[in-house]
Amino acid sequence: MSILVNKDTRLLVQGFTGSQGTLHSEQSILYGTNIVGGVTPGKGGNTHLDKPVFNTVEEAVKEVEPNASIIFVPAKFCKNSIIEAAEANIKLIVCITEGIPTLDMLEVKKTVDELGVRLIGPNCPGVITPGEAKLGIMPGDIHLPGSIGIISRSGTLTYEAVKQTTDIGFGQSSCVGIGGDPIPGSSFVDILKLFEDDEKTEAIVMVGEIGGNAEETAAEYIRDNISKPVVSYIAGQTAPAGKRMGHAGAIIAGGKGTAKDKIEKLKKCGVHIADNLVSIGEKVSEVL
Amino acid sequence: MNLHEYQGKQLFAEYNIPVSKGKIIFSPEEVINACNEIGGTKWVVKTQVHAGGRGKSGGVELVDSPEMALEFSKKWLGKRLVTYQTDSKGQLVNSILIEECTEIKSELYLSAVVDRESQKIVFIGSSEGGVNIEDVAKNYPDKIIYQGVEYKDQNLVDQSINIANVLKLNDDQTKQFVPMIENLLRLFVENDLSLLEINPLVINDKGDLLCLDAKINIDSNALFRQPKINDMYDETQEDPQEAEAANNDLSYVSLDGNIGCMVNGAGLAMGTMDTIKYFGGNPANFLDVGGTATQERVTKAFKIILRDPDVKVVLVNIFGGIVRCDLIAEGVIAAIKDVDIKIPVIVRLEGNNAELGAEILLNSNIRIISINDLAEAAKKSVELAK
Repeated sequence: MSILVNKDTRLLVQGFTGSQGTLHSEQSILYGTNIVGGVTPGKGGNTHLDKPVFNTVEEAVKEVEPNASIIFVPAKFCKNSIIEAAEANIKLIVCITEGIPTLDMLEVKKTVDELGVRLIGPNCPGVITPGEAKLGIMPGDIHLPGSIGIISRSGTLTYEAVKQTTDIGFGQSSCVGIGGDPIPGSSFVDILKLFEDDEKTEAIVMVGEIGGNAEETAAEYIRDNISKPVVSYIAGQTAPAGKRMGHAGAIIAGGKGTAKDKIEKLKKCGVHIADNLVSIGEKVSEVL
Repeated sequence: MNLHEYQGKQLFAEYNIPVSKGKIIFSPEEVINACNEIGGTKWVVKTQVHAGGRGKSGGVELVDSPEMALEFSKKWLGKRLVTYQTDSKGQLVNSILIEECTEIKSELYLSAVVDRESQKIVFIGSSEGGVNIEDVAKNYPDKIIYQGVEYKDQNLVDQSINIANVLKLNDDQTKQFVPMIENLLRLFVENDLSLLEINPLVINDKGDLLCLDAKINIDSNALFRQPKINDMYDETQEDPQEAEAANNDLSYVSLDGNIGCMVNGAGLAMGTMDTIKYFGGNPANFLDVGGTATQERVTKAFKIILRDPDVKVVLVNIFGGIVRCDLIAEGVIAAIKDVDIKIPVIVRLEGNNAELGAEILLNSNIRIISINDLAEAAKKSVELAK
């Protein structure tokens, strides 16, 4: 078992023929992901990486029946691309693109919720089920099929957590980057729920960072609903207040969203804290 | 991106949101005319900087002659204002807003933000204005209202009345307040704001509502569709290194320590800073060099980091994803040669082809300390920075 993606995932790539879309589609195909086609408006009817290209998601749905979509289109077009996929009844959408205006995301989030579509990201590395399917930009070879579920707001920090859990031999059931934006499609809580129900997942690593209160909300959810051990690392303990630390969502505003507050809350709710970045794997060994 | 108060008030005026009569001046020569044009016998002169706490630092004064306004402008234009919100160098004063003086009956608070939790735009109102809203939230939570609105709403009568009740507005003021809230939401959405704060919103001697301050932040991700707002950008209000980094598409934040950091990915960059701190050192900066970490970007990043004279050592921490570590290693070597770095550089490469990358660094004939383990790399930088 796994969550969100597996061998049966039939992936559509939006922004298929662009440089990012091409590079990462090649990598995903090499990893064994079943890409059934791509969408680039105006290039319908062509073939790219031996897969059919369509002008619209609707056409692609009719022809090749994808059950998931990954989006690499530029930020200013993402709102329409996500909504297009959602309205074409694709139930899992992964948006990699960084830099989507926040107000666009308010509209997107409302639409996907109303249509019952799961959106992962934007501004995220994607989702991978090691050994089965890779929907994203993560390096495939650091992963190992295994028992740890990983959720993270940051791309390269996810890779650190993956590497450490691979090195100690546990491997990963699935890894989900929920992204560094203030309005993400899926929250920690949404993904925690899936890992709790996944038989293969024995422990969960949750990598958070400063800004907002998603970690605090997740802490309470873990206390009340998650039976599996959860290890958490929070980045940004040395981040100054009021400064955006790269990610649009990583900012301590009005004294809220500090790493210290998050860590305290997580501890109070029974989450195991890795007190530094290099000890995530070690902490997982301790709790399993 | 932040706007100055006067720019915010220009936007307010465009949306029929009440502001005081005022003029912005950039040189002392404009002051006397500005006062005469505004009229009256008393004026408020306000330095325009991207920081709060101006009043307490002497950056806002009440004057009762145009000559006093002139004195004020000569004192401040071209100088730096230090407030509790700035660093010790302060912010450059380029312009001064001169406004008619308002007789204040009471001070209120009003703001709007994109609320992450409810995923709505939320108006925050309080009967306690002119003070720090975080303090009000802590000490008098019943004097604050959080009113969510849908960003597409045009009719906000009910929501406005909810806020007006907490603000204790009378019937006449509430009649002014409803269109004010509707216009503020329109302004918020049409200009891609991330924050709007009016502190204080006042009731004047005529019993009318008036915005005495305007703090506006714009969503930087939306600037591509806000050309007019983009033109309001004032680079002099930014840290010069941060501005240069932003121009080069790099995320950089300067900090007080002496260990320069170059990392790919925002989360890992924060994690690297924390790791340095954990082992007893102090990071000099946050820098996300981006996912690809090409030679060109690494070179620019080195130049920006080294402009900080406090930096004694640089820790490069790259998790090679799709881009192989051997290519990154070659880029780092070329960048170090190009920039001619005199201080120690510690490089930690992890991920795809990390061993080959380390080998290339070792054989490079330039002074790079290659350490594959992040904890060891952080410890080494702390030791060398002492």
